[in-house]
Amino acid sequence: MASLGKEYKDGEVIVRQGETGNCMFVIQKGEVEAVAESEGRELRLRTMGVNEFFGEMALFEQATRTATVRALGPARVLTIDKKNFLGGIHEDPSLAFRIVQTMSHRIRDLTDRIRDLTDRLATYEEDSESGSPE
Amino acid sequence: MNPGLLSERLRIRHQGLPRVLQDGSRIAVVGAGPAGSMFSYFLLNMAEAVALDVSVDMFEPRHFCHRGPAGCNHCGGIVSESLVQRLATEGIILPDDVVQRGIESYTLHMDVGDVEIATPLMEKRIAAIYRGNGPRDSEPLDTHSFDGYLLELAQQKGATVINKLVTDVRRNGELMSVHCADQFSDSYDLVVMATGVNSRLMESLENQTQEFHRPGRTKTFICEFHLGRKVIRETFGPSMHVFLLDIPRLEFAALIPKGDYVTLCLLGDDIDDELMSRFFASPEVQNCFPDATIPVHVCHCYPRINIKPSNPAYGNRLVMIGDSGTTRLFKDGIGAAYRTAKAAAKTAIFHGVGAEDFKTHYAPLCRKINKDNRVGKVVFGFGGMVQKARFARRGVLRMTANEQSQEGSRRRMSGVLWDLFSGSATYTDIFLRTLHPAYVVSLLWSLVAGNMPGSAARKEPVPRDETDHVRH
Repeated sequence: MASLGKEYKDGEVIVRQGETGNCMFVIQKGEVEAVAESEGRELRLRTMGVNEFFGEMALFEQATRTATVRALGPARVLTIDKKNFLGGIHEDPSLAFRIVQTMSHRIRDLTDRIRDLTDRLATYEEDSESGSPE
Repeated sequence: MNPGLLSERLRIRHQGLPRVLQDGSRIAVVGAGPAGSMFSYFLLNMAEAVALDVSVDMFEPRHFCHRGPAGCNHCGGIVSESLVQRLATEGIILPDDVVQRGIESYTLHMDVGDVEIATPLMEKRIAAIYRGNGPRDSEPLDTHSFDGYLLELAQQKGATVINKLVTDVRRNGELMSVHCADQFSDSYDLVVMATGVNSRLMESLENQTQEFHRPGRTKTFICEFHLGRKVIRETFGPSMHVFLLDIPRLEFAALIPKGDYVTLCLLGDDIDDELMSRFFASPEVQNCFPDATIPVHVCHCYPRINIKPSNPAYGNRLVMIGDSGTTRLFKDGIGAAYRTAKAAAKTAIFHGVGAEDFKTHYAPLCRKINKDNRVGKVVFGFGGMVQKARFARRGVLRMTANEQSQEGSRRRMSGVLWDLFSGSATYTDIFLRTLHPAYVVSLLWSLVAGNMPGSAARKEPVPRDETDHVRH
């Protein structure tokens, strides 16, 4: 039996926040975590497993990577070139369907999280104004 | 329900109706190789997305779990870098038991020396696979056929596999009918021909109508050598070995390591015994094997490949995909199967199944592939010139070896050769890159420097393990 992609060890960084990128990645084996780094602190955004992809924003924008992604245990990841991807989209726009679908799920997830945080903030402010203990 | 009764109801229902798929439509896919399975997978996927209730019957007499010819679709078994990426983007990842070996590099063998071309990203993105379940008389393998895996995906989407040999496909009023060797027959709203070029059915279709011409074909040779995993790792490594030898009519030759076996694939103009004898007598080939001795092959075949598209590749309620329709010249046939299968599925779901629908929405892709193949003939023509001219081979060797030995250098020749061997780029793209002034200047300089008295490429060949990237 053999495998495709590139092997990463536990904790090894696959993409680093702030770097420019021209490819996305599909997880072939194992798990990875995406973390946002800010003022020396790390916030885990999500974990991803087999057949999930990350780094897709680099295919559509020239901006830098918004998060660091690293292996959670041994992981194997396949790189998707921007040129190959965009060439494929040009011939067959439906190739982007799965990515659009996943990005849609992620926007929905983020919206839910913002709503949850807003509710918690409002509750906190109400509690603060009424002087009740947290 | 009685199939005959169902067929009659279908026939009556379709009289005077537009040629579009609707709830209850039935589709027959003849052949469950990569083209047939991917068509079924994508069609059912798209039908689900637009809430269309259609059924797909896949006719395939082979069982891909069998070893040897009984389960094999006779092919070198390489899934190109571009296809691996596109499938991954579609959500189809090739499991470890399907991938016999991930290819990391190509080793080019010439009489003037060898050079190893590493993958641009140092990542395994080319898969060596078996179309069946391994060579004839091989030990039961803990592996999975590539064709079998794709067929399972289609079945998971809802396709039904009918293990029958289709002997005829005919028009039945407005519908199409499929006839099998055991007298089974049934009517369908759409018949998709995915039989490849080695099926007699295409010949039968050509004889039925003067308007249809089956694909032009040429004979190739594929065989398997049993060397064992350890020997293969030590001698071949994760590298595909390709040969640029001055042998008339030989366009491409490659040794592909796969698990315990190495597959030899010879492509050209009607491969015959004389050509094979010259190939096996080449020291460049012999030196690839332990003790420079070519072992007896355990399984072999002479499959034909498509070198000219079928014409037309569609009709009312009929479409040819993969090798049955059009494919890429010599390379990435499975990639072409994916592209034509998906284009035909999109046409059937979103536009219709009439000849005009396929002409408008499917034929442009076929024309694009055919146009690129014409450029491919020019590219292989240049390759043939290099094959015949020793001074040109020295230049190619020097330019490639220099690129491979310099970290961070722009690898123009390596990129051209990589894409030509792997089928990862279109022939047009490859050709245009060879016109770049920097490529031309660099090649001219390498031709001069590589042929200067005392240059490394002019020296006699020495054993393979004495150098790193280039072996003179």
